Amino acid sequence: MAGLTGRMSTVVKAKVSKLLDRAEDPAETLDYSYQKQVEQLQNVKKGIADVVTAKKRLQMQESSLQQSVVKLDTQARQALSAGQEDLAKTALERKNVAQTELQGLDTQVSELEDQQQKLTDSEQKLRAKIEAFRTKKEVIKAQYSAAEAQVRISEAATGVGEQMADVGLAMQRAVDKTENMKARADAVSELEAAGTFEDVGQLGSGEDDIDRQLKQLSSTPAVEDDLAKMKAELGQAETASAPQIAPGTPEGGEAAAAPEQAQQPASGNGSQG
Amino acid sequence: MIVRISGEGQYRLDDSDCDRLTELEKRVISIVEGGTEDGFADAFRQLLDYVRSKGTPLGDDELDSSDVILPPSDISFAEAGMEFTGEGLIPD
Repeated sequence: MAGLTGRMSTVVKAKVSKLLDRAEDPAETLDYSYQKQVEQLQNVKKGIADVVTAKKRLQMQESSLQQSVVKLDTQARQALSAGQEDLAKTALERKNVAQTELQGLDTQVSELEDQQQKLTDSEQKLRAKIEAFRTKKEVIKAQYSAAEAQVRISEAATGVGEQMADVGLAMQRAVDKTENMKARADAVSELEAAGTFEDVGQLGSGEDDIDRQLKQLSSTPAVEDDLAKMKAELGQAETASAPQIAPGTPEGGEAAAAPEQAQQPASGNGSQG
Repeated sequence: MIVRISGEGQYRLDDSDCDRLTELEKRVISIVEGGTEDGFADAFRQLLDYVRSKGTPLGDDELDSSDVILPPSDISFAEAGMEFTGEGLIPD
């Protein structure tokens, strides 16, 4: 078979034969193989512990992001009450980013749970194979001549070696995944640290890099929605906002020059009610 | 014939199932080579399901090596593509 299976098989077999190449003396090969297997089992345990640690870190980040969401919401309200709409909007943009990140974290936590389960299963399987190998190697040592033992060893060790190579692959994938998540988690921490502010006044007017990033990240319609809702809750009706200008009003300049004329079609439509 | 699904386990299949297995695998390969992800997940799942349904799982104490090793069930389209460009799934 070519393609997927062909390549997988070739790589695994190469790894296995590397494991077996070491010693010429069959008894020594057996003990060496067994020793390697037990080492690998320890590695798998360590791999599982790493995944659990990564999962805990993400869960802590989740709870801290949840707090940020509450805090930013409060800050937006305060800013809006104080008539600082821009500031409120910035807080809401950050809240939006935090919420999006929270959803992402949920997915990642469940991915890590999957990985943890798979590695735990693999560990059990490998443990059983190693146990079977341990029994078999004593039988082989006791019963066969060197030449015969060589053949039987290579059969048994290849079987365990394949399992080891496979667990190694699962571990590598788990490590890659947790590394990616760690990098992402660190990035979120940075955003988060910059995303909340002690009091509304501290935000200042200048846009920094993070603000620009946040604006790109956050979805504007959602932020506008939030803002509108918050205004409604605070009893700030749409009195001061742009939609007062009727559709079809040609230019801002003309409207400003003749404000009464421009207003007339709008009030004629009964839009006040 | 013994088939391993990487990350899952080994199955013993009848030699007569080999043709169908090859056929299913060829479909996956041609999708990967085509470079578009459409249908990849389905075709790959069918291949694995065939092994699971036709095969008998090997006992944990059986030390046989596999004739065929299939990639893990959660392999992504991009990872499958890498299989063909030489980097492979199993790093050294």
